[in-house]
Amino acid sequence: MDKLRALGKLVVFAAILATAQSHASSGAALEKAHIDPGNIASLQRGAANFMNYCSGCHSARYVRFNTIGKYLGLSEEELVDNLMFNAEKTFETIQSSMPASDASRWYGTAPPDMSLMARAKGADYIYNFLKGFYLDPDSPTGVDNTVLAGTSMPHVLWELQGYQKAHFSEHVETNNDGSTTTTHEFEKFELVSSGKLDVEEYESFVRDTVNFLAYIAEPIRAERRKLGTWVLIYLLVFLIIARMLKKQIWKDVK
Amino acid sequence: MARIEAEVGKPKGGFIKWIDDRFPFTETMKYHVTEYYASKNFNWWYIFGVLAMTVLVIQLVTGVFLTMNYKPAAAEAFASVEYIMRDVEWGWLIRYMHSTGASFFFIVVYLHMFRAMLYGSYKKPRELIWIIGMLIFLVLMAEGFAGYLLPWGQMSYWGAQVIISLFGAIPGIGEGLVEIIRGDYSISDITLNRFFALHVIVLPLLLIGLIFVHIVALHQVGSLNPDGIEIKEQKGADGVPLDGIAFHPYHTSKDLVGIIVFLMLFSAVVFFAPDMGGYFLEHANFEPANLTATPEHIAPVWYFTPFYAILRAVPDKLWGFILFGISVLLPLFLPWLDRARVKSIRYRGWIYKSALGTFVVTFLILGWLGTQPAEPIYVLAARIFSVLYFAFFLLMPYYTTIDKTKPVPERVVYHG
Repeated sequence: MDKLRALGKLVVFAAILATAQSHASSGAALEKAHIDPGNIASLQRGAANFMNYCSGCHSARYVRFNTIGKYLGLSEEELVDNLMFNAEKTFETIQSSMPASDASRWYGTAPPDMSLMARAKGADYIYNFLKGFYLDPDSPTGVDNTVLAGTSMPHVLWELQGYQKAHFSEHVETNNDGSTTTTHEFEKFELVSSGKLDVEEYESFVRDTVNFLAYIAEPIRAERRKLGTWVLIYLLVFLIIARMLKKQIWKDVK
Repeated sequence: MARIEAEVGKPKGGFIKWIDDRFPFTETMKYHVTEYYASKNFNWWYIFGVLAMTVLVIQLVTGVFLTMNYKPAAAEAFASVEYIMRDVEWGWLIRYMHSTGASFFFIVVYLHMFRAMLYGSYKKPRELIWIIGMLIFLVLMAEGFAGYLLPWGQMSYWGAQVIISLFGAIPGIGEGLVEIIRGDYSISDITLNRFFALHVIVLPLLLIGLIFVHIVALHQVGSLNPDGIEIKEQKGADGVPLDGIAFHPYHTSKDLVGIIVFLMLFSAVVFFAPDMGGYFLEHANFEPANLTATPEHIAPVWYFTPFYAILRAVPDKLWGFILFGISVLLPLFLPWLDRARVKSIRYRGWIYKSALGTFVVTFLILGWLGTQPAEPIYVLAARIFSVLYFAFFLLMPYYTTIDKTKPVPERVVYHG
């Protein structure tokens, strides 16, 4: 009975650990991305989205095409035809087409590498970021972002999403010294010109892309979880045997 | 027949005898393993010593394989860790075992130290074991700190920046000392190189040496037990303590069960939550070190945070550093701060029990506060709990003297 109870506790502990992987968010609550890491079709679409819309500026310099191909079930031909626009060999990594020095001159800061972005910022962060561009006439790119205010990234997906306006509510607080502080709290978006995709289509476009980014941030994730289950089963069998051995050896201890 | 007779005259014992004539093998095995007697009533609090050895082995073995693939250079370190994670066969497993092992090392060592506080293991005649143990803890902190710089992520860099700059608060020698630690005017490729040398050679050697001495000292005095009774005082006719059983096969077979349970918890983290929600692998450390962008919130890894909270609770930089240092070193004096006549918590009064309970809560809350941004309410809380932390140690000579203790039995309590 004790053994069963201990095992139960262990399972509960593991479950808590597995769900504990949340990312500390900064400020505003982020909408959940609801990505499905096991959905290969979504990952394939995400890979295509990334290569078509992102990889012009963003590299994923630790990610090899053949790793992606193997996981997504793509043949070498399919890789070459659909994903490898600026690479020759399948073992190459995803490099951006834009020279870093030009990039930082054009945008003020070079577009970051995307290999680990989902682990650094969290999938929800990227999901909200890609949905968070709104018109701002004061910004050099014409847009700002609710998740990362003052971002130097233009709204490259405008063609798909269209342009939206953001509505903020204004809060004026009086400080102790009599001065006032005004804070703006985001309320909602309003689509002012529609793109090729409707709202739901754009959401699933972003979700697929984020799913892919979460995958490349840790390509081994699925395999480690699968292997982990077997390791725990092995250790459990080992535990039962070791416990029997201990009882046998200790039976003369009074 | 003639051949057998000829062999009668030859020395007996064969290979082992040959060794024993040249090296005290059998004698050492008897002294430390098969005839080392420890109390039969150990509870599970007594597993953490052997678990610390288990983690040490995990760290040494995985560390060797990481060293084979890691590049200790500012320009290559971050990429080489990703190379290990993605391209090296089983590299991800080795790396996760090492990063998880670091945190588990501290979990196990903290619990090992807490066991000593529960049962008075540090009290006479085990003061030296405790002091050596505290030295091990200090070296382990240095080892963890040096190792955390190696992945060269944002938190590696800025965490090291914050902690190393603390030494600058020491009057007179501070600035020079900081330069010696860094080997440069800022944290750079040179710093990374020397931290690598410390992490893979100097500190592990010290650690192994100290652990060896820790165990030799323990076996000289003998292990205590949850009743805080010296089992050597009640010996049988054969000279074996009445309540003692041999380390092998009794305690080894019991330890094996504990080690497997430990490995299950360890594997649960390695395979299912290697980041541990950002506590074992901090999210910001997945971005390469950027000298021009400070992360919005710098927090050391969780095992330093109780002391870090104390540091931040003090408004003055120098005093913050001094109190931080004292808070780490205070447990060293426990053998002399604790004046109680009994060792084990089982026979202590309510005063020590509540003091220890408060201390555990204090330590955990300080640990949590150290991970939070320094907002006024948190700083205030850190101040209150810092006072409680110091009070536990500094008032100990008083409250352990007045605490009413219960009579200690002659033999250990064991229910089979």
